[in-house]
Amino acid sequence: MARVGRLWIVSGAMTTHRTTDDLVVLDHVDKWFGDLHVLKDVDLRIGRGEVVVVIGPSGSGKSTLCRAINRLEPIDKGTITLDGKPLPEEGKELAALRAEVGMVFQSFNLFAHKTILENVTLGPIKVRGEKKDVAEKRARELLDRVGVGHQAEKYPAQLSGGQQQRVAIARALAMEPKVMLFDEPTSALDPEMISEVLDVMVDLAKRGMTMVVVTHEMGFARTAGDRVVFMADGAIVEEAAPEQFFTNPQSDRAKDFLGKILQH
Amino acid sequence: MDDLTSEFDLVLQAFWLTIQLAALSGVVSVLLGTVLAAMRVGPVAPLRVAAATYVNVVRNTPLLIVFVFVFVAFPNLGLLVGTPFLLKGVLAVSFYTAPFVAEAIRAGINAVPLGQAEAARAIGLTFGQTMGSVILPQAFRAVVPPLASVLIAMTKNTSIAAVFGIVEATARMRYFTNNSPDDTIVFLVFAAGYIIIVELLSVGAWGLERRWRVAR
Repeated sequence: MARVGRLWIVSGAMTTHRTTDDLVVLDHVDKWFGDLHVLKDVDLRIGRGEVVVVIGPSGSGKSTLCRAINRLEPIDKGTITLDGKPLPEEGKELAALRAEVGMVFQSFNLFAHKTILENVTLGPIKVRGEKKDVAEKRARELLDRVGVGHQAEKYPAQLSGGQQQRVAIARALAMEPKVMLFDEPTSALDPEMISEVLDVMVDLAKRGMTMVVVTHEMGFARTAGDRVVFMADGAIVEEAAPEQFFTNPQSDRAKDFLGKILQH
Repeated sequence: MDDLTSEFDLVLQAFWLTIQLAALSGVVSVLLGTVLAAMRVGPVAPLRVAAATYVNVVRNTPLLIVFVFVFVAFPNLGLLVGTPFLLKGVLAVSFYTAPFVAEAIRAGINAVPLGQAEAARAIGLTFGQTMGSVILPQAFRAVVPPLASVLIAMTKNTSIAAVFGIVEATARMRYFTNNSPDDTIVFLVFAAGYIIIVELLSVGAWGLERRWRVAR
């Protein structure tokens, strides 16, 4: 079940202090694209080490939600805090905060003009100021871990989609992020490449990484998810443990959605 | 023709000056144009407006008038008074060429998929780092052909400097045509000189294109 933040009243000091394991907190978040209300009063708390799987029909706002957490999409109302700190405005401070949040995109977005190794070391060298040899050593370890170590000198276009996505995961991990965001990481992949990416993600979940995963992979939600968040029309409709959600959905919207995707 | 052969060192000197003008102006206008392009796509609104205004005003001004500003108007206002002619020529040509470079590079920036910038921002790169490490290197690869055209036009535009007392190739050509009945030969020799310089640029651009096509 969801880990809910508790409210502590520190006696004497007269301060209200909210401590919890919550790493990411979205509080009454609203966003519009013009007239389109894409996020409607979204409240979400993500605990340290928790794997939250966001599912829902296309256009439900789940990608926008994911992208809002590192402010690739600015929000119009509400607050988002990361490890207790509200997201800053665009600038150096925001860049520093984004370094703490790993992001994996549907279309991989590896830097096309850089080798696989350079893709992984760019952040550590430029953002963290690491020495090249230190960054390269760790990058090679990460590439080995995701199974593409032998491709380090190649360019992204020379790799398959599944390999590129695993490199993208390694690139995000190289920053040693507090939380990883996955925005439909397997939606652009051929079926036989999906599992190699999911394997890496399951491994990551087992190692205790905090993850927000927008996906259509129900199998992943069941095996690796701690909680399923079901969105429709920009709002969170239902939250539950995966087993409970898939076997006994409460809302009509979720029943309808599951009926459609589990039919085939 | 006899003048040309006996004073060929004057021809070479003149083309050497043309090459200096073109090379220095090329470097300055590419740097200035890159900064302008980055300003136009950057997050700071006043810089965006300033760059757009500069591009539109200067691009729509004839080169001759830019030269008049640098060589006549500015000195009248007490600016650039003791500046060497070569440097003033470089300034005029660069001011004028930078907007064209900026627009070519901006087209290149727009050709880089948005996801590249998003991925760069997502690992914590600042706007400047995103531009310098991810966007511009890819934009440059895309704009080699149009940028080469801009720089070729710029090289030929250096001939305007002849009017303002810089004895580069075109000014020297006039010197020879004034003294010689063989106008046509003189024209052909100097045209050939320009063609050789410009052809070197084209070959350089072709080489870059080939090298960068392999590396991605």
